[in-house]
Amino acid sequence: MMAVAGPDVARTETPPGPTAAALAAPAVEATGLTKRYGNRLALHDVSLRVDPSECVGIFGPNGAGKSTLLRVLSTLARPTAGRVRCCGLEMPAQASEMRRLVGVVGHQTYLYDDLTVWENLDFYARLYGLRDAGDRIRQVLDLLGLGDRTEERVRALSRGLQQRLAIARAILHRPRVLLLDEPDTGLDREGRDRLASIIGEQVRLGGAVVLTTHAVEFGCQVASRVLFLDRGRLLWERPASGDLVDELERQLRRRA
Amino acid sequence: MTAARQIYAIVRKDLLLELRAREQVTGMAVFALLTLVTFNFAFDLTGADRAASGSGALWVAIIFAGLLGMGRAAAIDRQQGAWEGVLLSPVDRGTIFLGKLASALLFIGIVEALALAVFAALFSLPVLHPMVLLVVCLGTVGFGTLGTLFSVMAATTRAREVMLPVLLFPLSLPIVISAVRATTLLLTDRQAEVGPWISLLLGFDVLFLGISYVVFGHAVEE
Amino acid sequence: MASVATRRSAETWSRALGWLSVVLVAISVGMIFLYAPSDRVQGAAQRIFYIHLPAAWLAYLSFFIIFVSSIAYLARRHPRWDRLARSAAELGFVFTTIVLLTGSIWGRPIWGTWWTWDARLTTTLILWFIYLAYFMLRAYVSDPERGARYAAVLGIVGFVDVPIIHMSVRWWRTLHPEPIVVRAEGPAMPDTMLYTLIVALVAFMALYVFLLIEKYRVERMKDELAEVRLQHGV
Repeated sequence: MMAVAGPDVARTETPPGPTAAALAAPAVEATGLTKRYGNRLALHDVSLRVDPSECVGIFGPNGAGKSTLLRVLSTLARPTAGRVRCCGLEMPAQASEMRRLVGVVGHQTYLYDDLTVWENLDFYARLYGLRDAGDRIRQVLDLLGLGDRTEERVRALSRGLQQRLAIARAILHRPRVLLLDEPDTGLDREGRDRLASIIGEQVRLGGAVVLTTHAVEFGCQVASRVLFLDRGRLLWERPASGDLVDELERQLRRRA
Repeated sequence: MTAARQIYAIVRKDLLLELRAREQVTGMAVFALLTLVTFNFAFDLTGADRAASGSGALWVAIIFAGLLGMGRAAAIDRQQGAWEGVLLSPVDRGTIFLGKLASALLFIGIVEALALAVFAALFSLPVLHPMVLLVVCLGTVGFGTLGTLFSVMAATTRAREVMLPVLLFPLSLPIVISAVRATTLLLTDRQAEVGPWISLLLGFDVLFLGISYVVFGHAVEE
Repeated sequence: MASVATRRSAETWSRALGWLSVVLVAISVGMIFLYAPSDRVQGAAQRIFYIHLPAAWLAYLSFFIIFVSSIAYLARRHPRWDRLARSAAELGFVFTTIVLLTGSIWGRPIWGTWWTWDARLTTTLILWFIYLAYFMLRAYVSDPERGARYAAVLGIVGFVDVPIIHMSVRWWRTLHPEPIVVRAEGPAMPDTMLYTLIVALVAFMALYVFLLIEKYRVERMKDELAEVRLQHGV
């Protein structure tokens, strides 16, 4: 049973301190994940492991199950079979602790259109119980180049700036694991560079990143390892390299 | 208290949104007042036995307005997937439930204050009596509890506008009956008989607050 | 998943139970019309009682089964509990409809009206609406797993609510003038009536268990068929 546990035990004030166990454990460890939506098999027996300081890129044609995989890893969807561990924590028993360690960018921005940039981040900072909320919000806004737009309503921002804010929201609580579902959607050149440097910084500091993207070149540039997913199955995985770009594009075209 | 801070964050966010977009309270209030006015023509609320039909009209107005507001609240949360953002955060599901319930009660409460004042003025009935207000509070908590639970479920279904009342009306029948009865008794100066109805409301509230707090997590997971 | 052998023996038992309930229902019908005496006040119309009462019991028993399997489903998330809830809900809905119809037919000659807002009647009507909401909820959710969870939540909240609904309606009636009709509370039942009632209850119960098992098997087959289709990508 998830989510019916008693009051959320402490630890809300401090960002997740890298305990010895958490550092030793893989950042993400999924075994035998299967997810069914009625008569559709979105994921079929997918296993993967992501170590600290690693960025894994997931590729595949539309409907391959990339988004479902990220939703399951992020605790949003419960797998039909299989299990997910994150920094040594297990769903669903330790869901709350696990959510603290994970930052997510999804297909939607997870933002309130009628709140300002600042109010959105402030709301999430309160939910995560950040002690240094004001400083941290300013910090992530600067990272995404949104520092001078704090008072603007999200509705008034362009799609690209909304996406940047969605990324800011995801890294606000200093997650150890970033799950990014097509995070480059709508981003301009500058936004993409900022995203790449955030991913680089996350990896450098011992965090982990899992991302999906349709931009093959961008994906191969930021990822250290590439997984290929089709019809809910994991087909192959390889270390990322420049040579992989053509190969990936060919496969994507063939399976589209 | 972590939970208290998180509930406050949710209510604060809902209030800010309401101040900006005015999508809930205004609509609910206008709807409640129109219901009262329409009932005036349907039941002739000026006659001698207006206390009996009046309390019915008042509760129909409150419940319909509440239904409208809670359905709207769930829809607002789902825009741009913000609801999933909340679910991704390390907030206990029961706490999210309490936060959404607090917002719903706040908004319905504002509408009720207005509806009661107008009701008192239009039909010259002593509804601003403390006991009547107690009954209104208890009834609203019970209705709001089930409404908060079911509105997040209904929001993900097809035909959600239909689904919410279909779920909510049969199950909140005890609230409707006891609130209307208690209000009628109070308006006709038969306060001695109101005790059992208030206990029923109180029991209903406590029971379903507990159950909803526990099962809410199952209703919001994907 | 049950082994082939246990399934086959369950099938045999179920078939035996099916034939048993056919025999019992036949005996029961015979007793209702030939053995039981006519009621002194109500005449032959009272005989519908032998169908009405067991149906009412089963309508509420079904809801209890839904309640228990809903809790089990949310706790364990095994599809078998959802199947059981689904099966009990369909039977419960049928029996609730029978209760309302037989009650109405019975009420017409005795109370002089098809419907009265009596506490038990009203509660049963609301129960019928809750069953309806239960099916609508499942039908309007696209993902069956989510539908099962929602239905379980409704099953729990609804079951706890039914006694409160009954209590509130009863209080509501007692604070209103009672409709002036003959109430179905005649003198203590003669033995022959009691025996007829007991046989009817046993017959209905056997029929119910048989139907529940068969319904459950059909639901399981549906799930397995979907599973096979999925595996082979049909």
